[in-house]
Amino acid sequence: MATTFELIASYTVGAGGQSSFDFTTIPSTFTDLCIKLSTRAATGGANDIKIMFNSDSSTSNYTEMQLQGAGSGTPSSGMGEQQTGTSTGSGDTASTFASSDVYITNYAGSTQKAYSADTVTENNGTTAYATLRSGKWSGTAAVTSINLSMNGAVNFAQYSTAYLYGVKNA
Amino acid sequence: MPNPTKVIIDCSTGEVHEVELTAEEIQQREDDRIAYEAAKAEEATNAALKAEQKAGLLARLGITAEEAELLLS
Repeated sequence: MATTFELIASYTVGAGGQSSFDFTTIPSTFTDLCIKLSTRAATGGANDIKIMFNSDSSTSNYTEMQLQGAGSGTPSSGMGEQQTGTSTGSGDTASTFASSDVYITNYAGSTQKAYSADTVTENNGTTAYATLRSGKWSGTAAVTSINLSMNGAVNFAQYSTAYLYGVKNA
Repeated sequence: MPNPTKVIIDCSTGEVHEVELTAEEIQQREDDRIAYEAAKAEEATNAALKAEQKAGLLARLGITAEEAELLLS
């Protein structure tokens, strides 16, 4: 059980957007990591956010499964790689952002790294997403860097934010 | 038009750098975009095919989607 959350770093996207957030030189002094995201895609519809650890871009080293509801119809499930949060899209209600929590357990250990992510997108319309994901990176090195980007080469819109916290369980 | 940028946040110093993507990174983004759009198109095609098959099956059975749902509940 987490006893402390300590802010390690944060960033707010400025005018023009950003293609990705790269948190580097992450200290190994915590038990877990938590990333809190508030995001909107600069173009297109709602979009999923990809995570990459230690610059490992090999998709075969990642597995991920998800359960997603869209506000109507039967929720969908599926498997993929690297997906974490889901971002509100530029077609959604103006100035609305999705909220995502990503939790990475035992990130500094020598075993494969598991993460969970939960997201809700915001939209005053018929479609908005609630998504639960679990994922794994097969790397066994301590996580020292995390890259977050959006599918399809879409930028994070201005005012999107990312907060990286270190969590201690003792 | 300037290249897209990425933000690098050094957690040990708190320094933030906004840097332009390299040509290699831009090419990778373009490859990712093409692959993503292809995957979305395939997903849409499969969904349309499934909907068509479902409608055909319901028509052959002579029942509505709501009646089929009731049967499976």
